[in-house]
Amino acid sequence: MLSRKRMGALMGKEFTQIGRDSSTFLIGIILPLLLIILIGSGLSLDVKQLPIAIVLEDDSPLARDAVSFVNESDYFEPHYVPSMAAAEQLMDRRTIEAIVRVPADFATQVGRGHAEVQAILYGANATTAASARSYLSAGLASWQADYSARHAGAATGTRGGVTVVTRQWFNDANTSTYLFIPGLIVIVLTLVGVFLTALVMAREWERGTLESLFVTPAQSLEIIIAKIIPYSCIAGIGFTLCVLTAIYGYDVPLLGSIPVLALALGIYIIVAVCMGLTISAVVRSQFLACQMALFIGLLPTVMLSGFIFDLHSVPAVVNIIGHVMPATYYMELIKTLFLAGDNPYLAVRNTCVLAGYAVVFLLLSLRLTRKKLD
Amino acid sequence: MKANNKFLMRLRLIMVIIRKELLATMKDPKSRFVLIMPVIIQGIVFGYAATYNLDSVPYALVDESHSHYATEFIAHLDGSGIFERVATMQGTADIASPIDTGQAMIVIHIGQDFAERISRGETASVQVITDGRNPVTADTAAGYVSSIAATCSQELTGQKGLVTLVSRIWYNPNELTRWMFMPQLIGVLALTQVMMLAGLSVARERENGTFDQLLVTPLQPQEILIGKAVPPILVGVFQCTLMFLLALFWFRVPFAGSVGLLYLVIVVFLISCVGIGLTISAISATMQQVMVYNFTCMLPMILLSGLATPVANMPVWMQYFTYVNPLRFALEALRRVYLEGASFGLIAGNFVPLLIITCITMPVAAWMFRHKLA
Repeated sequence: MLSRKRMGALMGKEFTQIGRDSSTFLIGIILPLLLIILIGSGLSLDVKQLPIAIVLEDDSPLARDAVSFVNESDYFEPHYVPSMAAAEQLMDRRTIEAIVRVPADFATQVGRGHAEVQAILYGANATTAASARSYLSAGLASWQADYSARHAGAATGTRGGVTVVTRQWFNDANTSTYLFIPGLIVIVLTLVGVFLTALVMAREWERGTLESLFVTPAQSLEIIIAKIIPYSCIAGIGFTLCVLTAIYGYDVPLLGSIPVLALALGIYIIVAVCMGLTISAVVRSQFLACQMALFIGLLPTVMLSGFIFDLHSVPAVVNIIGHVMPATYYMELIKTLFLAGDNPYLAVRNTCVLAGYAVVFLLLSLRLTRKKLD
Repeated sequence: MKANNKFLMRLRLIMVIIRKELLATMKDPKSRFVLIMPVIIQGIVFGYAATYNLDSVPYALVDESHSHYATEFIAHLDGSGIFERVATMQGTADIASPIDTGQAMIVIHIGQDFAERISRGETASVQVITDGRNPVTADTAAGYVSSIAATCSQELTGQKGLVTLVSRIWYNPNELTRWMFMPQLIGVLALTQVMMLAGLSVARERENGTFDQLLVTPLQPQEILIGKAVPPILVGVFQCTLMFLLALFWFRVPFAGSVGLLYLVIVVFLISCVGIGLTISAISATMQQVMVYNFTCMLPMILLSGLATPVANMPVWMQYFTYVNPLRFALEALRRVYLEGASFGLIAGNFVPLLIITCITMPVAAWMFRHKLA
């Protein structure tokens, strides 16, 4: 039988310890806020004011007009340079990210019906290069449409062409902040849950205080529950702070229902805390617990859960590894809840998967924290 | 002569403490495992995960045109080898489901007037609906559709566009995001463990009470500092080498620079990390505090280093903030040496912040060793 009194006493001890250790407070409250403020405004895939060099080897008004879209655009910050050599030098000094070169025969070629503009992109920043190229080609295309309209009749075939109109769902403002913030919340939860719990428990193993607990009448399950509840509370506080900052600080819309969010949160916290307990029970040392928590808790959550990289674009094996991690399911669910609203199929499926993980890790940590001395 | 002898003696003392530190770190097989395996596993898995390039795009099709032109366009898509049709829907009412469930990355909608517009010589549009929860892959996929539409237009109208953008991507001709990430992982993977090792080495002795014993030995505080700093640097160099070999031989990212310069960057960077680690160590009383403080530094360091999103996309005030982040400068230098083959002159500026950080943190740590005898 579980005794409420014993659990109360154990939890009281845990809360006192949390209250006295500034580092727990730091990780539970300060760190989530710091992360969400720093990263919420710092992590962005939206290219703005990209410095580029423009080399006009053809200095005709037509050539100037063709690339004039960069002057008004928010996306570019053009530097007009006289020669390719000067542009390359700027590239080497990393002052610019791309070179746009209008060849000397540009105007002549336009007269003949087909001209080229060259773009040289800095491939070591592959993501920026890709955005730069798509903005440049969109700019040129719209100039071309204007030009053709002005010189109507010059180039109309018998059949029309095909263009693509893109509409993006679930992120109307098209800012990556909307994506990163819900994802960041998962990272903070994982951090507090896995990392903090693993450390705290490993310290008890290392110092032998857990063994002293074993000689008391307290049962393993009571010890485990007395750890789960206080650290879940800290994670819950961190989570609430993050959600409030997301909604009020960054205006991220929360389209889904709060009860679903809270339910999934509750389950995920149990998964994370039990993972931490399992890790610490396996390695029983603070150093190793910390390294293991980093290895299986934190870095994969950043890299493999769909936070930064879309799991659609990775090889099948990595996709499978990503889908072994509980964080992936919570990440998918929370992104959907924030940006797309309620989606019963996804909510039920992912909540069930998470609940499965919660049971597995709870049993695992219980089994590993048997009252046994070695 | 006498001064020389004295110097040799001190050097011997330092060697002794380095040896002791290395033994303390490496004697436990679990620790050895934790210092080597995670680097290899993470290197491989993250190497595959760290990509924004798409090998396959699952899409859903709504063809309301049912015309020969539409069939031709779809044939272009299906024949590209990238687009994979996962669903064919009858009307626009069904669009939501494949996107909601994540079954399809994009939905391609061909309207009823598609063929009619082409026959009339107008431009017909294809609508692409993307999932804003994963905007990077969605944009890439939409870009692929655009280029297919451009080919299609060219065939239909029988003429090339007026202006084409010819792009060349320097240092990364196929625009692989993996090429951008692998050199950076050399720095990132070593950072996490080196800072922890440096931090824990002092805190562990403090917690066990052996640090006071170390202070009463004939060793000067700065000698203890060197003794504590060298082993993590050695471990870090070893880990960087592992990662470098993985990038070169497993992922076959061609190395353009000089190995000596690459290692110079690595060593200077690791020294600055160890400096931060030791300072953290010197101000904390317990191992748990070290880990928590380390963590608080590490996560913003990694996320705001330009690893995941370019520094240039950050707000300007945040860019100034990253000047205290050694990882930012190290990653840029690593990428430039690795991919561009940059010379020392081009990356000399990147060493300055790293050296400044070292010059501040190391003396602070040495001073704290002696003055924190609470």
